[in-house]
Amino acid sequence: MPSAPKGPRLRLPVEWLGLLPFAAFAVLFLILPTMRIVIGAFQSPDGGFTFQNFIDLNTASNRNAYWTSIRLSFMTALLGCAVGFGMAAAVVFGGLPKAIRGPLMTFSGVASNFAGVPLAFAFIATLGPVGLITVWLRSEFGINLRAMGFNLLSYWGLVITYLFFQIPLMILIITPALDGLKREWREAAAVLGATGLQYWRMVALPILFPSLLGTFALLFANAFGAVATAFALTGPQLNIVPIKLFAQIRGDVLGNPNLGYALAFGMIVITAAANFLYIWLRVRSERWLK
Amino acid sequence: MTRFLAWGIFLLGCLYFLLPLVGMGEFSLRMRRGEYSLDAYRVVFADPRFWDTFGYSLMLAAATIIVGIVLVVPTAYWVRLRLPQARPFVEFITLLPLVIPAIVVVFGYIRLYNTSSFLPLTGSALGTDFLLTMGYATLALPYMYRSVDTGLRTIDVATLTEAAQSLGAGWFTILGKIILPNVMVAVLSGAFLTLAIVMGEFTMAALLNRPAFGPYMQLLGANRAYEPPALAVIAFAITWGCMGLMQLVTRFAKHERAKG
Amino acid sequence: MSYLRLTHLEKTFGQNRVVKDFTLSVDKGEFISLLGPSGCGKTTVLRMVAGFETPTSGEITIDGQDVTGLKPNGRNIGMMFQAYALFPNLTVAENVAFGLKVKGVPRPEREARVAEMLTLIGLSDLGGRFPFQLSGGQQQRVALARALAPRPRVLLLDEPLSALDAKVRVSLRNEIRAIQQELGITTIFVTHDQEEAMSISDRIVVMNGGIADQVGAPFEIYNRPATRFVANFVGTLNTLDVTVQDPAAGRVSLEGQTLTLPEPLDLARGEQLSIALRPEALHLGRDHPGEAVLSATITEVHFMGSVIRLSAQMAGAKVSLDTFNRPDQPPPKPGQAVEITLSGRDAIHLQG
Repeated sequence: MPSAPKGPRLRLPVEWLGLLPFAAFAVLFLILPTMRIVIGAFQSPDGGFTFQNFIDLNTASNRNAYWTSIRLSFMTALLGCAVGFGMAAAVVFGGLPKAIRGPLMTFSGVASNFAGVPLAFAFIATLGPVGLITVWLRSEFGINLRAMGFNLLSYWGLVITYLFFQIPLMILIITPALDGLKREWREAAAVLGATGLQYWRMVALPILFPSLLGTFALLFANAFGAVATAFALTGPQLNIVPIKLFAQIRGDVLGNPNLGYALAFGMIVITAAANFLYIWLRVRSERWLK
Repeated sequence: MTRFLAWGIFLLGCLYFLLPLVGMGEFSLRMRRGEYSLDAYRVVFADPRFWDTFGYSLMLAAATIIVGIVLVVPTAYWVRLRLPQARPFVEFITLLPLVIPAIVVVFGYIRLYNTSSFLPLTGSALGTDFLLTMGYATLALPYMYRSVDTGLRTIDVATLTEAAQSLGAGWFTILGKIILPNVMVAVLSGAFLTLAIVMGEFTMAALLNRPAFGPYMQLLGANRAYEPPALAVIAFAITWGCMGLMQLVTRFAKHERAKG
Repeated sequence: MSYLRLTHLEKTFGQNRVVKDFTLSVDKGEFISLLGPSGCGKTTVLRMVAGFETPTSGEITIDGQDVTGLKPNGRNIGMMFQAYALFPNLTVAENVAFGLKVKGVPRPEREARVAEMLTLIGLSDLGGRFPFQLSGGQQQRVALARALAPRPRVLLLDEPLSALDAKVRVSLRNEIRAIQQELGITTIFVTHDQEEAMSISDRIVVMNGGIADQVGAPFEIYNRPATRFVANFVGTLNTLDVTVQDPAAGRVSLEGQTLTLPEPLDLARGEQLSIALRPEALHLGRDHPGEAVLSATITEVHFMGSVIRLSAQMAGAKVSLDTFNRPDQPPPKPGQAVEITLSGRDAIHLQG
């Protein structure tokens, strides 16, 4: 192209200037702070490059915190996806009255945002030592939850609490995807001799796979970064990464500020890994999409 | 059979969601021994710190919404109109807050903008408030951007812009008088969601040490028995109100469009 | 010997009787169209044959087997839908293989059958594509191959051409008919397009309000419509008011000229009645043999290629007539005075 038009080439930088405010905001309040953590994780207290922070991080307590966090996030994402999918499918395909749908979606919008401190209060009032269900089970049926090993301030207690915002989030995201399954696909599969199970295995689930996966990654990150619910529920004693980081930022409990960077860096790595895994699987499973 | 299963799943789900709400409601009424009363609410409402922190969070929510609008509407508009090639980049940025935990971002703020840094924002209350607002804006960014971008998709941005330009309008007029009113519904639903997020937010405010509603609730929860569930009911009502308003503006808009 | 038999089928949705006492016998290898406006119950009949709807009462048998209570996946039926029914996550070949796979047909046999089917529809080299990479016409051909691959007993076509553009629609419908005849598969075709139904079918069932108004070969339906609804729905009609002259001989008068209708009339001399004539029963000019020649004024001229459709004002009515294009003779112009020849024996007797 010997005589490329001059106009666009000159105008291009001006066009990109339109993104300047947004870019400045993103750099100052999202990217630089994150970079600070990433760089800090590889710095010794005097500013030199080091891997020492990660070596120091490798204690039984920290490993345990990461492992608990990963298990907690994985479990709540998995259960959230499964239950949310079940409820959405019940409403979309199960022949439930249409009137249920609107309120369910509104409630899901509310519940998915009803996280943090008040959610913890609600569960303490329900399943805590003197909570509604605990007391009711004990007085009416003589069932002592505590004696049976249930404790709201434990791993499973957190799982049950987290599901309160994980399930609705799944419902919000997956319902439109379920609506996208065309009736013709189900019927075509049926006349071709497929059972309902075969239809789900060979057609519906592969089509939904990217949405399911994406929601799973989102739920995972959602649980992994959650501080407020766990903190309000259990205080600083529960050994999960966000609580540990919270305590570290407040009072340097690790005894070394750069160890905090490494702890935070680990969080980024894990949520980023979950999302890259999602993107990679999605690209693989979406060959049939435009 | 299918229907039976569907009802079973649905009702079990409902039970799970209703019990904690019933639990907190019931507990919040138990302050007076032996009978139900609104004492817990009376105590909460009589606490000046409740009103202070509530007002503070409300102010920050308003600031966050303004920042969000000023930031997101022109950007989304510009990307649609002139820079479609920047879309993947901008969308990637707007989704980052869903991936990077808020606690990590605020940790970065504390270290980056401390008193000995190039921009010592945490040195003053006002500076910290500004930083907190920006933090909230990043939290709200994914929702705000998606909402506005969806709103822009339904209007013909290019034609509207050309029409306004041919009548001699400048960029500020186009954005403020043409584009913004047309995506008002999207902006409002983004704004109500932002309000819901900010009112309940705990981590950022606690770590930046600002007297917001979230940390106040946590503090009360650590020291009292009956007030926390009352606060939870109030917080739930706020969230419900925000979502209700969101639905209301959307439905109202649909209605208006159907009429027009 | 009828292969597919629908006996006294009824379907009610709530208060709404959608299909009323529908009885139909289809021979093996026959191509039957269910024709009617939307809401006439034609799709419901098809969906009952497929098994998606259960008849409120009545019976469906295929090859002597009662399938009324069978689920869709137990009926061994092939079906083509309006559009976009291909599984988007499977390639063309995988789509075609789907029915064989769920039946547990071994792979070598399956692949051979898929190749055979793709050759049949002329898309052998597109087996690896995904549906979104195909045109609408190609997608529907794949849908046909998918429906035929498991060798169904009956093929059901639910308006498979309606989402395609005009040219593709015609070529695909000819292709469907050719494949259907080649395989000799019993087929039911649902459509609201009368031209489509007439060009493709062995017999047509014209449906109205859940009832089969008339069942017959296209020629019969068009030329001897059983009801006023059928006459109006299938093709264009011109109605002319005439006066009875001789009821026993079926003679009537129109503008002072005498027409002899095909049947005697059950009316008194001097009474008025309407007779109906297809556009092709009216002939321009007086060269054509006929009983009466009337003067008329051309009002509209639609040149459609080989055929020219004219509208004219004649005997106090607006009529339309068709004439073939002749290169040596330009068509008449609006406002031009012409003569039209017609015969009473072409009149269609309308009942109901």
